[in-house]
Amino acid sequence: MASSTALKGTFAQTNQWRVVDIVVASVIAVAVGVLFFAWSAGYSGISLLTAAFPPLAGLYSGGWLIAGVLGGLIIRKPGAAVYCEVLAAAVSALIGTQFGILVLVSGLIQGLGAELVFLLFLYRKWNLPVALLAGLVAGLALAISENIMYNALWTIEFKVLYTVFAAISGIVIAGLLSWLAMRGLAKTGVLSSFAAGRTADV
Amino acid sequence: MSTDYLTPVLTGRTLLRANPLSKLFAAVAITLALLVSIDWVSAAVVLACELALMPLLGISVWGLARRIWPLLIAAAVGAYGTALLAEKSGGVLVDAGPFLFTEGSVASGIAVGLRSLALALPGIFVLLTTDPTDLADALAQKLHLPHRFVLGGLASLRLVGLLVEQWQSLGLARHARGIGSDGSLVARTRNLLGQSFGLIVQAIRRATRLATAMEARGFGGDTRTWARESTFSGLDVVVAVVGLLIAVGAVTAAVLAGTWNFILS
Amino acid sequence: MHVSARGWGWRHAGRKAFAARHLDLDIQAGERVLLLGASGAGKSTVLHALAGVLGSSDEGEQEGELLLDGAHPATVRGRAGLVLQDPETQVVLARVGDEVAFAAENLAVPRDEIWQRVERALDDVGLDLPLDHPTTALSGGQKQRLALAAVLAMEPGLLLLDEPTANLDPDGVLEVRDAVVRVLERTGATLVVVEHRVAVWADVVDRVIVLDAGGGVLADGAPATVLVQEATRTRLAEAGVWVPDWQPAVGGPTPGAGGEVLLSAPDITVARTKRGPTAVGPLDLTVHAAHALSITGPNGAGKSTAALTLGGLLRPRAGSVEASPSLAGSAGADPFRWRSSQLVQRIGTVFQEPEHQFLTASVSAELEFGPRRVGAAVNPGRTAELAERLRLTHLLGANPFTLSGGEKRRLSVATMLATAPRILILDEPTFGQDALTWAELVTLLRELIDDGVAVLSVTHDAEFIEALGGATLHVSGGAGRLVSP
Ligand SMILES: Nc1ncnc2c1ncn2[C@@H]1O[C@H](COP(=O)(O)OP(=O)(O)OP(=O)(O)O)[C@@H](O)[C@H]1O
Ligand SMILES: Nc1ncnc2c1ncn2[C@@H]1O[C@H](COP(=O)(O)OP(=O)(O)OP(=O)(O)O)[C@@H](O)[C@H]1O
Ligand SMILES: [Mg+2]
Ligand SMILES: [Mg+2]
Repeated sequence: MASSTALKGTFAQTNQWRVVDIVVASVIAVAVGVLFFAWSAGYSGISLLTAAFPPLAGLYSGGWLIAGVLGGLIIRKPGAAVYCEVLAAAVSALIGTQFGILVLVSGLIQGLGAELVFLLFLYRKWNLPVALLAGLVAGLALAISENIMYNALWTIEFKVLYTVFAAISGIVIAGLLSWLAMRGLAKTGVLSSFAAGRTADV
Repeated sequence: MSTDYLTPVLTGRTLLRANPLSKLFAAVAITLALLVSIDWVSAAVVLACELALMPLLGISVWGLARRIWPLLIAAAVGAYGTALLAEKSGGVLVDAGPFLFTEGSVASGIAVGLRSLALALPGIFVLLTTDPTDLADALAQKLHLPHRFVLGGLASLRLVGLLVEQWQSLGLARHARGIGSDGSLVARTRNLLGQSFGLIVQAIRRATRLATAMEARGFGGDTRTWARESTFSGLDVVVAVVGLLIAVGAVTAAVLAGTWNFILS
Repeated sequence: MHVSARGWGWRHAGRKAFAARHLDLDIQAGERVLLLGASGAGKSTVLHALAGVLGSSDEGEQEGELLLDGAHPATVRGRAGLVLQDPETQVVLARVGDEVAFAAENLAVPRDEIWQRVERALDDVGLDLPLDHPTTALSGGQKQRLALAAVLAMEPGLLLLDEPTANLDPDGVLEVRDAVVRVLERTGATLVVVEHRVAVWADVVDRVIVLDAGGGVLADGAPATVLVQEATRTRLAEAGVWVPDWQPAVGGPTPGAGGEVLLSAPDITVARTKRGPTAVGPLDLTVHAAHALSITGPNGAGKSTAALTLGGLLRPRAGSVEASPSLAGSAGADPFRWRSSQLVQRIGTVFQEPEHQFLTASVSAELEFGPRRVGAAVNPGRTAELAERLRLTHLLGANPFTLSGGEKRRLSVATMLATAPRILILDEPTFGQDALTWAELVTLLRELIDDGVAVLSVTHDAEFIEALGGATLHVSGGAGRLVSP
């Protein structure tokens, strides 16, 4: 008797955060926060490469958006994207990045970008297009805040280009990669306490 | 990567006794002063104050250098990028085709470089002088953030630190099952990615179980008491005032020197 | 605290079979119950249910009802205190004092009283450490004690312990048991403890309940009746319960004198990390074909470290491990330098923590992984036989991480048996096993030894050592001593 076909069925949708939601969201956020630290260090190298044309660095910026999109896709509760992105940012600020505690502001804005998309679909839809859209909006939010906080001295054409690159990066790195990561995690069975681990076709 | 990035050996003895919130307040004040203007005077004033405070905070130069070397590169690169892209004003310094640097753009570049260093330090100082448990106590008791989230965050911080430490044993276990880090560069990279994924999977698994363990000990209710009270003392006033003084001093210096440059203008 | 179950059952989401079913029970306040049953019978599931942490209807399906003092366990969470099967994964905070205080804080105990409870709980379990001692720097036995203290500080009306002494050395087992008895005497709490080795608890409990793997209860009564009367004894023994003064029959040939040397490590000193403290040494170790070598000793003595070093996974601090030409073949004499594909064909190491080594999402894939990796054709007969003999057949489609404690252990051993290496290194291979699975495991290993395989095991299990024969090395206080044949 093969006793373990995944049960597909209705997953009672409540918007209350359970303890397991909080702890798993936090672990994802802290893990991505450590990644942010490495990503920020890598940014130094990347910006050396893009020094001839700094707006290209926008292509790299999607990495900072993963926490929100991934956290939202896995936890599927209101506020998950904002919580994960802000906590990840806080962790990377404490470890030490060139952005200091200002990343908290960036984190909040970027998290709100992704959250807005999930809210738009009333926390009901979690497919690839929604993930890509969340990445895109987070990317736009990032570009606007970066242009004000860090690129303030650039001329307007460069700011626009930066925004375009950040949006693309948001779609691909934050949207697509997060979605693939969510699917990969669901396949391992580790998300079995979450809707993400049940409804995914594994 | 070692865990001491997440839970470093705390060095700042004096500041360890201050409430984390006063330290955060000082850090926020300084950061705001830096945020609103990009100019070299305010950035230089803040950076100088920060470096001067290091011995007082008990932070060793070596410990700091180990953490911030990537930031030094980042600052230099940021400075260069800005010098290249900013409005070209003042006399021309270098003119080689697309590479045009003027006095104005170079000054902007220097401002951006100094500013990013000055921005980075307060967060690191807070981490090096704060016990995460004290921070959680303060956030929940004084700022009244929801305790379930504060404690969930605290527990996961510890968990991820542990897991980073377990990186080695995970590698050994995989090696013993026949997937090791040998072979070509491609094979190594694939193994590295596989192992990183394994680490994240394990982190989530441990988190799920930890949530059960926390609930089994009554966690998750609405009311709870705190075994340790988060308090403010005279030291906290000093910390907050010093933070404010640095912030106000930097802005004043920039305005007096005529370099004040509001970011939204 | 009074427990009552009426036709209670639970089926985990993703499983067709109920983990526990048809349970009708009443446990009076103050009773001390030893809960027994075969591995996978549903003991941990029952304890989770009593603590109110099984989860909502998303996580499984419940039938019947289970009540604590007339209330649903999830609504009175905190009244029952549960120590989970694995002490490692339940530490929440960074300092010993905070960790013990955590539960009392959650129950909104006033601050002054919390610290009194913390002191008393630490005292009860005999954990004599400063309150700010880091929770990471603890040995296995200390972690068990800490987990117990953390629950005692809740002053629970119902104390639930899931194999609280698995992995402890014999002295530690008695210490932890005595700590529990002391607390029960003072507080009068109800106790439900799960443990495979009955002898430890038989004298201190006043009731034994045996779960039937197929649902319902196999036996229920005072230890003097259930464990002593001939009629029940045989029934329990057939179901895999370790009844006292009885040994499950093991099969396989009696191990002989051993053959050629496969691996030798004269004078090695071992350490976990490159620069950290040394764990134990110098040791003089020789691994013979067709022979068993067992390593015993107290918690934290360095047994696992020594085993990992012999398995070519850690570099010895001093001295060297040398593989004989017949073992090494084309691969060179130092196992530490072997590629993983070379290693896995020659030495199979089973870690103390089974979950570290699971790589796939199903039991069957896990069993086939090793042979595939070695490049050998998967021998479906052998994997099926292993699964059958280790009672994993009904779980072949299950995710390894959802198995019960004992099932995980058997699977991790089976994965290494499937690749058929010439040396098997097993770290605590028998923990969490009932008498039947234990006997099957021992029989399998005896057959392998007879086939010429060398079996090196780290264990606290004296019966296991005796059944495998061979040599025994006792390590403690940084040195090793050969204590047999
Ligand atoms: N989270 C889970 N998801 C799916 N199935 C599970 C889960 N936990 C346990 N099971 C299954 O439920 C059954 C009972 O498991 P349980 O852990 O209660 O057994 P146990 O009696 O404690 O065994 P052991 O003595 O080996 O620890 C087993 O078949 C197990 O595979
Ligand atoms: N991953 C690790 N990193 C660093 N030190 C460790 C690690 N694991 C164990 N140690 C330390 O190394 C020493 C030896 O540990 P080891 O695991 O070999 O003991 P053991 O004899 O197997 O104990 P047990 O019976 O509890 O399993 C102990 O002091 C322990 O604290
Ligand atoms: Mg169990
Ligand atoms: Mg060990």
